Amino acid sequence: MALCESWLYTVFWRRFRHNRLAIAGGGVVLLLFLLSVLAPYITPWEPGAIDAYHVLLPPSPDHWFGTDELGRDVFTRVVYGARISLKVGFVSVGIAVAIGTVLGLVSGFYGGVVDTVIMRFVDIMLCFPTFFLILAVIAFLEPDIWYIMAIIGLTGWMGVARLVRAEVLSLRERDFVLAARALGASDLRIIFRHILPNAASPVLVSATLGVAGAILTESALSFLGIGVQPPTPSWGNILTAGKDYVEFAWWLSLFPGLAILVTVLAYNLLGEGIRDALDPRLNR
Amino acid sequence: MTAYLLKRLLAMIPLMLGITLITFVVIRLAPGEPVEAMTALSPKITAETRQRLREFYGLDKPLHVQYVTWLKKVATFDFGRSFAPDHRPVTDKIRERIPVTLSLNIIALILEFGLAIPIGVFAATHRDTLYDKGITVFVFLGFAVPTFWLALLLMYFFGVKLGWLPISGLHSLGSEGLSPLSWFGDLLKHLILPVSVATFGSLAGLSRYMRSTMLEVIRQDYITNARAKGLAERTVIYRHALRNALLPVITLLGFSLPGLIGGSVIFETIFAIPGMGQLFYQGVMARDYPLVMGILVIGAFLTLVGNLLADICYAVADPRIRQGRG
Amino acid sequence: MSWRRLLCLVSLMFLVSCSDGSAPTAPTRRAAGPPAYGDALVVGSIGEPSTLIPILASDSPSHEVAGWVYNGLVEYDKDLKLVGDLARSWDVSPDGLTITFHLRRGVKWHDGADFTSRDVLYTYRVTIDPRTPTAYAEDFKQVRKAEAPDPYTFRVTYGKPFAPALASWGMNILPAHLLEGKDITRSELARRPVGTGPYRFKEWIAGQKIVLESFHDYFEGRPYVDRYIYRIIPDSATMYLELKAGGIDMMGLSPVQFARQTDTPDFRARFVKYRYPSFSYTYLGYNLKNPLFTDRRVRQAITCAISKDEIVHGVLLGLGQAAHGPYKPGTWAYNPNVNDFGYDPARARTLLAEAGWRETGSDGILEKDGRRFSFTILTNQGNDQRIKTAQIIQRRLRAVGIEVKIRVLEWASFLTNFIDKRNFEAVILAWTIPQDPDIFDIWDSGKTGPKELNFIGYSNPEVDRLLEEGRRTFDQEKRRRCYWRIQEILARDQPYTFLYVPDSLPAVSSRFRGIEPAPAGIMYDFIHWYVPKEEQLHQ
Repeated sequence: MALCESWLYTVFWRRFRHNRLAIAGGGVVLLLFLLSVLAPYITPWEPGAIDAYHVLLPPSPDHWFGTDELGRDVFTRVVYGARISLKVGFVSVGIAVAIGTVLGLVSGFYGGVVDTVIMRFVDIMLCFPTFFLILAVIAFLEPDIWYIMAIIGLTGWMGVARLVRAEVLSLRERDFVLAARALGASDLRIIFRHILPNAASPVLVSATLGVAGAILTESALSFLGIGVQPPTPSWGNILTAGKDYVEFAWWLSLFPGLAILVTVLAYNLLGEGIRDALDPRLNR
Repeated sequence: MTAYLLKRLLAMIPLMLGITLITFVVIRLAPGEPVEAMTALSPKITAETRQRLREFYGLDKPLHVQYVTWLKKVATFDFGRSFAPDHRPVTDKIRERIPVTLSLNIIALILEFGLAIPIGVFAATHRDTLYDKGITVFVFLGFAVPTFWLALLLMYFFGVKLGWLPISGLHSLGSEGLSPLSWFGDLLKHLILPVSVATFGSLAGLSRYMRSTMLEVIRQDYITNARAKGLAERTVIYRHALRNALLPVITLLGFSLPGLIGGSVIFETIFAIPGMGQLFYQGVMARDYPLVMGILVIGAFLTLVGNLLADICYAVADPRIRQGRG
Repeated sequence: MSWRRLLCLVSLMFLVSCSDGSAPTAPTRRAAGPPAYGDALVVGSIGEPSTLIPILASDSPSHEVAGWVYNGLVEYDKDLKLVGDLARSWDVSPDGLTITFHLRRGVKWHDGADFTSRDVLYTYRVTIDPRTPTAYAEDFKQVRKAEAPDPYTFRVTYGKPFAPALASWGMNILPAHLLEGKDITRSELARRPVGTGPYRFKEWIAGQKIVLESFHDYFEGRPYVDRYIYRIIPDSATMYLELKAGGIDMMGLSPVQFARQTDTPDFRARFVKYRYPSFSYTYLGYNLKNPLFTDRRVRQAITCAISKDEIVHGVLLGLGQAAHGPYKPGTWAYNPNVNDFGYDPARARTLLAEAGWRETGSDGILEKDGRRFSFTILTNQGNDQRIKTAQIIQRRLRAVGIEVKIRVLEWASFLTNFIDKRNFEAVILAWTIPQDPDIFDIWDSGKTGPKELNFIGYSNPEVDRLLEEGRRTFDQEKRRRCYWRIQEILARDQPYTFLYVPDSLPAVSSRFRGIEPAPAGIMYDFIHWYVPKEEQLHQ
């Protein structure tokens, strides 16, 4: 898709570059990737190093973010927490995007009864308070990180399905698709070569926002005690441990709280930036 | 209009069936059998009683038969008795909790729309200015901050430090003896923090949506025409553009509900508000299957009703739909 | 009483639990005005009671509230001696097999009916009725005959001597005139109880609060404080903020709150803090039916690998002490000579190697017959201390090559889905240490059935014999010998790793006067607490 690529590099980048908020968001996201890759090299302590005789120490040169309720180094745990947050975000959104894309494609491409059934299913899923479904499944199974990611994904694909379907419907009758079909291209080939690349942009936006949502969902589950389980540090469970000491051991809630806040904000700004840059109607 | 309404109502039936089916499947996927959780409460349970209970709950039948039996009861809003030690009917337990959650969420919803729409319009009309950016960051901050953390900070600041607002619950002690007016004032004071937290968290989605619809509308021909005719910018924006941009927002009304109800688990727990979210959380943790199924179905049903109301509003606002195009 | 031993410790609040004989830290008190009626005590609770019929309840909030509404025939006084409550006095036959209770006259139920021996007989019968889903029947099954010869006399005869017999009649007595002939599980008393106690039920607003008001005709006199309000606040952080903002008057502080957060002049002016050892111990219990834990050396090794001192410091901030057995240091049943294993990771490794566990893989986890040494510790939600303890244990066991996972469960589901079904590998839980040292229910090899307390499946014929011997005699010296020997055996067998005895750390609003800390804690004398007229806050 020469059209797609050249468009990306020129128009998209030209627009995106001017959006300073989006650039900042992208920068933070990059930084997080770096942090999680380099975690073992930049943290002075081991994330699980319990020191029962030095619990809840305020920030100091030894412990930049202080220590937690079991004497572990908060800075180290927050940095390692970035790994978990990225993992939760990407895996769950990956699942959601995969399901949503397949169902959206099938629905839009084949239409008819298949479309009706899938779209009614989407409507039904959208009626449930998603957090209730997540809560019920996690509590009945067990708060394992893979279950958490899977269930966030399984309850978050509906938006993607709708987006992809809408895109397919608008592309299906476009000239280049009709031409490909006239040349005898198979359904799969049309889908993969012509439709998917064009549907990718709205999905990308929705995925970026989805990562932010997944990070927040994990922290909410942690607050209820069924998020990522110890000893693995996640921002959600560090923040939850700190909630009992907001006015006294403020460092225990402030740093993971800020980490969540900045990250979610960054993903949102990045997502918005991509959307604006991709939107052909927003020509300057 | 009647025909439209009827059509919408009929369309709800398959959705409702789907909701019950998914609820049923999700709960049955859970390891262990509901009756196990129930019989385990009684120390003197014999194999015989267990069997009797299985029959009573129809658990000895094939799954589809069980579903139909359960569905028949659900149709009359009978969700059975809670597995909790109090063994009260699930419907009773939900009924005493629903008004709190619903009214809280409706207040939050009104505030959300009341704030997010002007914010979105303002951002759109001041596109790419510092105001726009500032607003963007502000609304996303609300979305990005973990609810319970913000709640605790506000409780500490306004409740403990300043002593201006009550921290948790719905009523002060001794509020029963107050005059209706001060009783209501007391209730309002208790609602300020939870409602603010809920509203702040939900501003982002709607205001961003409003901003982009507004931008889209402004670009359209009739607006350009209106401008060309020399109408004042204010009139163009508020009389012509806003009205059209508001239409799609109405549909969002119904869909905001599940998110708000879902979020109520967190702020009802932290603010000690006895609503449905708190009840659901307790039910889930105690594996109170009838209660969990009941709340899932009712929660989804509320959303359906919300959507229906939104659609009706939409139909009233947009004559094209009323006249049968939709 | 049996389940209550376990259940008392569910919540974070150890308000009604007892202390040993050591003097509680007595705070300085301000000059008190004369006692006055009025005001209300507001307490906060994470959990809501499930039912206010005590024999049906297995959670501490239920018992905490019901305890003010009902009375038993006997109770423990401030020095933990058994005294009469609804019973004015009692006679024990020379062979110790028959107890005759002489009941108080003129005691009224809250609805005005007279309390008589019929109520006691009914309570006994409904408790042992197999259709009643209660966990408290065990002690009463020892009774061979119960009779009520006249309205103010109640007599029970035991088949064999039963040392804890008298204490077991501390059970709350239910009103026969409201329950007899009805299905107790469907009774409305579960939500609006009628008792004989110092406080009568006023209202229960689901999810918000339960209000009790003082019973003016209470047989020991009208309590000073007019109302007892039990507020439900599900989050512990919110509860502490409520305490500081004045929304509640009393709560059990966490060690961190006690030691680090409440030493400000402001807090000291508004609250009085108390500290006394609670009558309970927390332990790590192993499922002995699990092949991982059948070998005694493995259990000994785990105990060696855990530093109790580290747990007491890290989790309790020193506000408690290490436990080595099922009794409280200083009580007559406690054996001071029992030698427990100290913290000794090297020895732990040796013991594990002797038991056949070898490090073969690259991850440092021990293996035996192709099985990795990995297990899950279960504990209950709402008790932060246990979750922290589990994390420290996880860390220390990892150091000797054992992988531990932690799972936190809601209380009711923990009991029904995991404990009762023996569906666990190890648990961190706590028992209340009863005043009578009889621990038959927890350790006897016959008590392993469903809902019974020896859920770890401990079985040692010598312990069985000693337990039986200890409960079948009234001679304290003989009993002491039995229980001392049991402690030696338990120390060797390590069916539990005994962890710690925490301190109770209640804080009470300083407007309440007349609080006398005693071995029994502070709540035993609540009916004599008062707030001077000019300081009263409510009404």
